[in-house]
Amino acid sequence: MAEDLWILGIHMTKFGKHPDEDLVDLASEASLGALADGGVTMRDIGVLAAGNLLGGAGSIGQQLQKQIGQTGIPVYNVANACATGATALRTVCMAIKAGEADYGLAVGVEKLSGAGLLGVRPRKQEPGTWTREGRLGAVGPVDGRIGTETMAGVFAQVGMEYVHRYGAAPNAFELFARISEKNHAHSTLNPLAAYQKRMSLEQIMADAMIAYPNTRPMCSANTDGAAAAVVVGDSTLKRLSLEQRRRAVKIAASVLTSDPWQEACQVLPDVNTLTRNAAEQAYELSGVGPGDLDLVELHDCFATAELVHYDNLMLCEQGGAVDFFRSGAPWRDGATPVNVSGGLQSKGHPIAATGIANVWEVATHLRGEAGQRQIEGARVGLAHVIGLGSACGVHILEKAAA
Amino acid sequence: MTAEQIPFVDHLELAGEPHLVAEECTGCAARFFGRRNACASCGGRSFRRVPIATTGEVRAFTIVTFAAPGVPVPFVAAVVDCAGTSVRANLVDVPPSPDHVRLGMKVALTTVVVGTDDEGVEAVNYAFRPVEG
Repeated sequence: MAEDLWILGIHMTKFGKHPDEDLVDLASEASLGALADGGVTMRDIGVLAAGNLLGGAGSIGQQLQKQIGQTGIPVYNVANACATGATALRTVCMAIKAGEADYGLAVGVEKLSGAGLLGVRPRKQEPGTWTREGRLGAVGPVDGRIGTETMAGVFAQVGMEYVHRYGAAPNAFELFARISEKNHAHSTLNPLAAYQKRMSLEQIMADAMIAYPNTRPMCSANTDGAAAAVVVGDSTLKRLSLEQRRRAVKIAASVLTSDPWQEACQVLPDVNTLTRNAAEQAYELSGVGPGDLDLVELHDCFATAELVHYDNLMLCEQGGAVDFFRSGAPWRDGATPVNVSGGLQSKGHPIAATGIANVWEVATHLRGEAGQRQIEGARVGLAHVIGLGSACGVHILEKAAA
Repeated sequence: MTAEQIPFVDHLELAGEPHLVAEECTGCAARFFGRRNACASCGGRSFRRVPIATTGEVRAFTIVTFAAPGVPVPFVAAVVDCAGTSVRANLVDVPPSPDHVRLGMKVALTTVVVGTDDEGVEAVNYAFRPVEG
């Protein structure tokens, strides 16, 4: 039996606009913050995993080392779409579990302020004569001609498919807008969120439509930001100070899955099966059930996505996500608070940072350090991300017994 | 006069009644569109081309109002269940409004001329249009 893993230190920068800081500045701030939080230095770290998806930075891990400490340790530069941060965390967890290192540092960073619509490429000039390209043998760009490749459009269909399957299509627009209303309301208590503005249902529904039923405030916000975590095993933790042990947060499960083949999964990405698989594995590994969770940070890249993940993470009965939401359960004073950080729609979604930032949010509540948005008495929480393509990370965290 | 026409993608067959063609794994019957290396479901290496039903039901849709430069908006993007095989396509001949596009709506395959190249050849794409019932 491999030893238990712990978050020793963790930090996230404020998400939002950081015009005067580059990727390495933000990654440094998050990493040095996590090291200080854990009471260690770069000299202690035996393995580094770093992610940056869209910055074109190349070896972000080594660039980070050149600013905060070139100690010669192995670096894994990872990329897994929106699950990049969770993948970095998972990578150091595996290294420590394998006994290859005592301390691991995982960091994710992105600069996306003003990036506009993601998942689209400008249409190239038509050729003089038709030429077939790509796997479909298409004679021109398919985006907009055979469905949509925009993220907002893909996830809109994911949500619409769910409400159709379970007979909740009437008033779907209003339903999804209410999910966004919840997250924007939650964000008002989070000083690190990019947007901390409460929005009424009417404001959300009347805002610019991006891809029906997702209006602009129902889409994740493109922001700058970074997050980092220091991970250790039991044998290391027990040598550390009482204060370090008291604030350490147990990683009861660390799981990463990809999408198994399903009918239609290469037509519309199936974000459901791999999330359910990850959740099942995480509950099995941790011995925790969905009913034990005091808070959940899940990947609400769009309001339409949050709904399906209530079901995929088994926070409700299969097919029961609409009733679960309408019951008030995922509000911060409900039975299973979801996205008390404000979620990606208001906190922001600096892609590679997101999968560690959601772990930070849960860990901060478990430590009792979440200030005015603290979920009182939180002992167990779950953090979930999904990257289209697809990759899903689920981490279940528990408060230290000490 | 009829211009020479070619399908916009390899999985559209224009001869006779236009229809889509899937690559079906001979081992497990998983269906795919486009060129394959092997079956993602069972790993099999042999495929046969099978025609796909030309009518179906809208299983999911979105109305895209923001897209990449050069993509005309708004348009309706959908997943259509064609007798058990899912197809991604645009919906046409219907106003791009939630008042007119419905989940579960019955649709049929139709063709749309995408453009004409320098030699006068038309590229013909597919889409789905609403039908009664």
